[in-house]
Parts: sequence; structure tokens; C-alpha cells
Amino acid sequence: MAFETVLFYAFGAVLLAAALRVITARNPVHAALYLVLAFVTAAALWLLLHAEFLALALVLVYVGAVMVLFLFVVMMLDVNLERLREGFRQHLPLALAVGVLMAVEMALVLLHRWQGVAAPPRALAPEDSNTRALGRLLYTQYAYAFELAAVVLLVAIVAAIALTLRRRKDRRLVDPAEQVRARRAERVRLVSLPAEKDR
Amino acid sequence: MNAANDLFLVLPELVLLAGGCALLVADLYAKSEARRASYLLAQATLAASAAATLFVLWGTGGALAYAFHGLYVADVLAHVLKLAACGAVSAALVYSRRYLLDRGLWRGEFLALLLFALLGMAVMMSAASFLTLYLGLELLSLCLYALVALQRDSAAATEAAMKYFVLGALASGLLLYGLSMLYGATGSLALTEVARQVGLAVRGGTQQTFLVFGLVFVVAGIAFKLGVVPFHMWIPDVYQGAPTAITLVIGSAPKLAAFAMAVRLLVNGLLELAADWQQMLAILAVLSMALGNLAAIAQTNLKRMLAYSTIAHMGFMLLGLLSGVVGGNWLNAADAYAAAMFYTLVYVAMSLGAFGVLLLLSTRGVECETLDDMKGLNRRSPWTAFLVLLLMFSLAGVPPTAGFYAKFAVISAAVNAGQVGLAVFAVLFSLVGAFYYLRIVKLMYFDEPAGASAVPQDRGARMLLSANGLALLAVGLLPQPLMGLCFVAIKSL
Repeated sequence: MAFETVLFYAFGAVLLAAALRVITARNPVHAALYLVLAFVTAAALWLLLHAEFLALALVLVYVGAVMVLFLFVVMMLDVNLERLREGFRQHLPLALAVGVLMAVEMALVLLHRWQGVAAPPRALAPEDSNTRALGRLLYTQYAYAFELAAVVLLVAIVAAIALTLRRRKDRRLVDPAEQVRARRAERVRLVSLPAEKDR
Repeated sequence: MNAANDLFLVLPELVLLAGGCALLVADLYAKSEARRASYLLAQATLAASAAATLFVLWGTGGALAYAFHGLYVADVLAHVLKLAACGAVSAALVYSRRYLLDRGLWRGEFLALLLFALLGMAVMMSAASFLTLYLGLELLSLCLYALVALQRDSAAATEAAMKYFVLGALASGLLLYGLSMLYGATGSLALTEVARQVGLAVRGGTQQTFLVFGLVFVVAGIAFKLGVVPFHMWIPDVYQGAPTAITLVIGSAPKLAAFAMAVRLLVNGLLELAADWQQMLAILAVLSMALGNLAAIAQTNLKRMLAYSTIAHMGFMLLGLLSGVVGGNWLNAADAYAAAMFYTLVYVAMSLGAFGVLLLLSTRGVECETLDDMKGLNRRSPWTAFLVLLLMFSLAGVPPTAGFYAKFAVISAAVNAGQVGLAVFAVLFSLVGAFYYLRIVKLMYFDEPAGASAVPQDRGARMLLSANGLALLAVGLLPQPLMGLCFVAIKSL
């Protein structure tokens, strides 16, 4: 067995174990940390496939940015775990039955006519850099999909702002333009009062 | 494969994108709550996109054309569905304007998100690759989640949005899992190449295990988008929890996109596996027709009742999709798929009308959403009551309305495919369904009104409702033109 194969199975095992812990860990912070571990091992698997750029992007973007934010949210929010677990025991039998059924069905389909998995496509080892090849594909062959992904992000921004922006009623913000435009008639009101008589 | 031609073919999408972005900016300068300029800009964008679709149809002469390295396809099916979706969204705007204005929800984001949602639908309708199909689906779903949550102060709407989001994310995960399996088995994301590889595998008798395994998840993803049992859990809660105007949006045009997705994936990509997916669709159809119709009887909330009726109708639509290929022979496939498409188009029109009535009858602060609100509608407004009668007859499938012909078409497709048992089952459950539609008719005509409030004046929406109801009657009397159009569209695949 080649050394790369050993590495593949080792990383694969860690990835599966970490992914399993993500959904079984009782503490959400632990779950998030296991997710970080899963991302890192997935990145290692990509490295084995010579997809260096993607592996680094995964570590930088997901581990470095997304998961840090995620951890912040998990730690900041006061989530009452006991309440979340309330229905667990009650729904366990049904969920277990459905889950086992699904697993058995999947196993039957896969084992029924097991012919082995076709050899994975050979890792690309282009002469020029991985990043350049990826960039070239992204901006030529997949330009349309790339632009669509951009629109999805735009919608995410619009939706996030629409759902969270609340204008405060008691704010004291002054619009300078309105101040400059003000006229005397709008500010000063002359009221004629009758002169007071001496008693 | 030149850039000018590519850009010409995606003109409808480009118009929508430009209109949506322009609206985001223009709405900043909106002076009044009514936002006339934004509203007109949105309607103009929809009209321009429809015109662009016609322009592309005229330019290509209805021929199949690919763009952007096979990521985008322009065929008659895409053009027809895009036109219908533009019309449905435009109608949704007219119906929902006063309702949203009354509730302070008539905001620029609503209009912009609606246009972007339509963009997502158009992308799905013209998808020639798993990648574009998925991106379009995400674009559409993201807009819909946000629209449901737009009424931030309503606990029901927030809960509905949360449920929709979590279940939608799960369904996206299932779909992606299935697509990745198919990609693993065929080595391609392009639907034509996938179809070729699947054909080779089926005839060569190799590697089918993986394909069927992936197919299961793909069908689950499609079933979620259509909202058929057992992937229907989100439908009643979302339909009831969202503001009625948003329910109208969710219940109309996205069904066209879901139909397009089913056709693109199953018919364009995996037709060779029809024997497998037709069985799955048959289970989904049977469960949906049974559960949808039975559960709808027990509802007193009209929105929830219409939600269950959606489930049942989508089950009916599947009858057409599953009757295409009989024993490896797809001579009648175009008829069956055209019947399913006809059903979807008619259903969208009926759904627009049914929720449009609820919007029309809701006044400031008073929601029209229970059965009691329909009592004695004939006294309050005979013409509206007559239109509701047409809509309910059409939903129930009573001749001579369009709903009857749609049901007739899919059931005859099922009979032609030898699925007599399924057809009988469908007829039985459409009889069960007739009960709760006719109950509304009875409430309108034979019961005393609970309150003496007049029907609100909203000329635009009333005229549109009249057109909507009469169109259903007209299509029911003369179904051939629309059916012919569906046939041409399916033939163009």
C-alpha cells in the first residue's frame, strides 16, 4: 500500500470521526471545534489530490473566518440546551426507526450489486500552477455560474439587511442638508401678545 | 460560441438582474409609502423580461441553443415557463400591493427580492447543468426565506421562515448529495453528457447502483421543492405563517420552477432511468393525493386548507410526469409531460386567484383567512362570489373549468401508460377533494354573512381577479391552444 493511501485512510477516518462528533457532542462549542477539525482534515484530503489552492482556501475561509464567527455566535448567544433537548427522548423511537430504515435501504442498494468503486480520476498535475488553472476555468468556462454565485451573495446581503436593520425611533441624527435649507419662516414664529394692563 | 450570442440568449435574465439592482438604488429615493416609482419599475422590469424572452424566442426561432459553455440552454420549454413566471409575479404584485401597504410591508426589499427570486426561477428553467440548476435553486430559496421573514414582528412569520429555512437547507443537502453521486458515476455536470453516460451505463449494465443511489436523493430534493408527501412538512406551516401576500408568491411562480427542475433533472438528464424514478414518483403521488385531500377537510383556516390542497395538486401533477415511459418505450412521453406542464400552469393560475381573493377580502387589520370569513360573500359582493365559485370549481376539477381539463389530461396520460389503478385512485381522491372546495361555495351562497363589512375597493386587483377567473373558464372551454403550446415546449427538449 502506497504511503498516500495510508494517509488517505488516516485522514478519512479522522474526518468521519470528527463529523460524527459534530452531531453527537453535547456542548455546542465542542461541536463547532470538531467541525473545524473536519474542515482541516478535508483540506488535507484535498492536498493529497494536488488541489493545493482549494485546500488552502478551505482552511483560510472556513476555518479562519466562518468558524471563528460561528464560535462567537455560539458563545455569545445564551442558548438553553435543556430546552432544545426536551423533545429528544420523546421523538427518539420514531427518529431511530426512520434512521435505521434509511440506513438499511441505502446499504441494500449499495450492497445489492457491489461492483466496487471506479478508480478515482487521476489527480491533475498541470505544468502551470493550480491556482491559475482554477482561475482560468472560473472566468471562462464557468463565468455564468460564477456571476450567479455573485448574485446569490448580493441577495444574501439584501436579505440580511432587510431582516435585521431597525431604525431607532429615538435617534437624534440631524440631516445637515435639511439644516442648511431651513428658512427663517420655519424656525421663528412671531406671536403678538396683548399688552398686559396694570392692575 | 461567441460572447454576443451568449449575451443575447440570457437577455431575459440580464434584464431581471439589471432591473433588480436598479430598483435597489431607485428605492432609496422613494418619497412616500406607496412607492409608485419602485412599483412601476418592478412591473416594467417584468414586462421587459417577458419581452426579452419573446425576442430571444423570435431570434432563435424556437431552436435549441446552448450558451456559456453548455451551462445555459434556451429552448421553448424555458421560454414558455419564463413567460408564465413573469406573468405570475406581475399578477402577484398587483394582488398584494394594497394588502402589504396596509401592513407596512410594502418595502423596496420586497420588490427587489421578488425580482431576484424570479431571476433564480429563470436560471433554473434554463439550466443545462447541475451547477446552474443548483445556483438558481439557491437564489430562489434564499429570496423566499427572506420574504417569509419580512414581517419581523410576527412570531408566526418568523417561525415559518425558520422552519422553511432549516428544512430547505436539509433538502438542498439531499439534492447536492444526490447530484454529487451522479457526478461521480457519470463524470460530468452537464445534463446532456449525464444523459449520454447514463444511457451507456443502462445499456451496458454497469455502475447502475451508484446512479440509482444518487437518483433517490435527487428525487427527494425535487419532492421537497414541489412539496409532496413525505417532504411536505414545511408547506402548511409556511403557507399559514407567512403574510398572505407572501404565501401567494410562494404558492404560484416557484411551482413552475420546481416543475422545470423536475423536467430538467429527470427528463433531460435521467430519462434512461425512468423505470426507477417513475416508481418513486408513483409513491409520492399516491401519498400526496391521499394526505393532501384528507388533511384539507379538517382545516378551518383557509390558508392552511389551500396549503394541503397544493400538496394534493402537486401529487396530481406527478401523475403526468410518471406516465411518460412505459416499458422502455417513450412514444407517448411528450403527451404525458405536456399534460403535467398544463397542470402546473393551470394550478399556478388557480393558486394566484385563490390567494388573490384572500388578499382582496382582507382589510386593514382584518385578515380574511378562516372559513367563516367566506360566509355570505354572495350578499356582500355577488361578482366576487361568482369568481370564487369559478376558482373553487376549477380547483375541484368541475367542468367546464380549466382545472377539469388539467385533471382529465393527467389522468388520461396515466391510463394510456397502463396505470389504471393510479388513475382510479386519483379520481377517488379528487372526489374527496371536491368536498372542501364545494364547502366554500356553500358557505358563500347559502350562509348568512357574519359581519356586514363591504368588500374593499381595489380596482386593479378586482379587475385582475375577474380576468383570472374568466381565463380559467376560457381555458377550460378551449384548452387546445395552451395544451398545444405545452406540447411544443416539451417537444423542444
